[in-house]
Amino acid sequence: MAENWTIDSVRAALGAKKISARELAKEHFSQIGAQNPKLNAFLALSEERAYAQADRVDALVAAGKPLPVLAGVPVAVKDVLSTRGVTTTCGSKILEKYVPPYDATAVARLENAGAMILGKTNCDEFAMGSSNENSAYGPVLNPEATDRIPGGSSGGSAAAVAANLAVASLGTDTGGSIRQPGAMCGVPAMMGSYGRVSRYGLIAFASSLDRIGPFAHNVKDVASVLHVTAGRDPNDSTSTTAAVPDYVAELDKPVAGVRIGIPKQYFGEGMDGEVRKKIEAGIEILKKLGCKLIDIEMPHTDYAIAVYYIIATAEASSNLARYDGVRYGLRVNDDSLLAMYRKTRGAGFGAEVKRRIVLGTYVLSAGYYDAYYLKGQKVRSLIAQDFRDAFTKVDAIVTPTSPVPAFKLGERTNDPLQMYLADIYTVTGSLAGVPGISVPCGKVCGGKLPVGLQIFGPAFGEARVLQLAHAFEQAGGATV
Amino acid sequence: MKISREDVLRVAELAYLDLTEDELATYGKQLNEILDYIGKLNELDTANVEPMAQVLTDDQTADATLREDIEVPCHGAAELLKQAPDPEPPYFRVPKVIER
Repeated sequence: MAENWTIDSVRAALGAKKISARELAKEHFSQIGAQNPKLNAFLALSEERAYAQADRVDALVAAGKPLPVLAGVPVAVKDVLSTRGVTTTCGSKILEKYVPPYDATAVARLENAGAMILGKTNCDEFAMGSSNENSAYGPVLNPEATDRIPGGSSGGSAAAVAANLAVASLGTDTGGSIRQPGAMCGVPAMMGSYGRVSRYGLIAFASSLDRIGPFAHNVKDVASVLHVTAGRDPNDSTSTTAAVPDYVAELDKPVAGVRIGIPKQYFGEGMDGEVRKKIEAGIEILKKLGCKLIDIEMPHTDYAIAVYYIIATAEASSNLARYDGVRYGLRVNDDSLLAMYRKTRGAGFGAEVKRRIVLGTYVLSAGYYDAYYLKGQKVRSLIAQDFRDAFTKVDAIVTPTSPVPAFKLGERTNDPLQMYLADIYTVTGSLAGVPGISVPCGKVCGGKLPVGLQIFGPAFGEARVLQLAHAFEQAGGATV
Repeated sequence: MKISREDVLRVAELAYLDLTEDELATYGKQLNEILDYIGKLNELDTANVEPMAQVLTDDQTADATLREDIEVPCHGAAELLKQAPDPEPPYFRVPKVIER
């Protein structure tokens, strides 16, 4: 088993010259070489780039210069984030050979902070999925139980951290794609507020929902990576000018007296019984920490999946119109331009992506726009209002991350609707634009399968969310 | 049945997407199930609800935060063109669309 490095332990070991950044990179590539043939968490490795960065860090250490905050930290990046010179496929055949000429801002910020980019992690095609089984390059296996899915769509990023193949990773979350695999692989995973992290260089799925966020071994490292990646970027007009607090410095603020809302709509039917017990035990921990528990109502929760699959598919059908065989990616030739478009897209996209393009095009088409898309946008307002109302009474909201632990490969692939319902507790926060984290909250099925506790905060309230998650973790939440 | 085979075919044409007969049948069936589920939104009276067309608050929308419109050089064109399936610098080549 690989060593369980953290940002702090990497920093200490480099400072004490117990290991060099190059050795650390080599150790991680060696572990990836040993484990990836089975787990399939990585689609591409960027060894040249990682070692070049390692040498820069080692030169700083040798010269006794101050080290940037993520110096020598080995990180993995979901394959929907553009990486200069490193193949970026989005888990799709249509981008099998695509090599971006520039870096996503989030990736550039990690590297500027000293991180070593190890490679690109597997994911559901264009981030569409909840189990990683929609990748054109095969599913990722859950390191905690290899007959199970790792969750999705950022399954590779979750599995890479859980298997100690990276100290931290970046994923993306549109309806739960960071938090749900974080829960299922047993690692903390966070989606910041809409607009918190620049999406420049993120290959778009649903633009009013997509967010970038970290996975790590502990909440402190999640806070650190979020802090490095957050903040205004002139290249993304949806990245906000809101100030970025020092999440790490504020982590130890006391949580006693914090008001936590428990929405009854998240504890109804459909939740696994063992998961429920773990979440209830997790809530007891928060109570012992002095948090004030308040029962709240979020009456439109039950409509969130329906709204999500209108809005996300509509935006996807629009965003994915760019894959036309002209400027990048696959082309299937034909003498007619329109037939070339149709053949290229028919051959390049996988089943789930096509299903969503068809649904999204349908809900946007003449005669159906008002009944579906406009209706969805209106109910989205009601869901966002549920959150605003709740945050007049409480400081944070606690729920399960997923109604079930990791399921078996193939168990839900024939029933798209059942697969969609796995996101029932995460899509609400995506639609509302608020930040959310999943933290490990015990294991079920004979102590084998991790459960995640989800904490939502108000928009740009990441600091409080992280404080609660950190306090929960320090109080033994992971082994409840 | 809300969606027929012809409906799926029409939508696929709008989306420039070639689908096989099997795909048309499978997607037709699955989309009907999904749309039935989505139909639950009709339980809600939204006559007086504004659609949520913007996630960010007004002071953070693109209009509020855009930079001055100053020309900035883009150096990536040649490199971008290398990613095209059929480039002819400085152009992207496509099948003929205009008959002489």
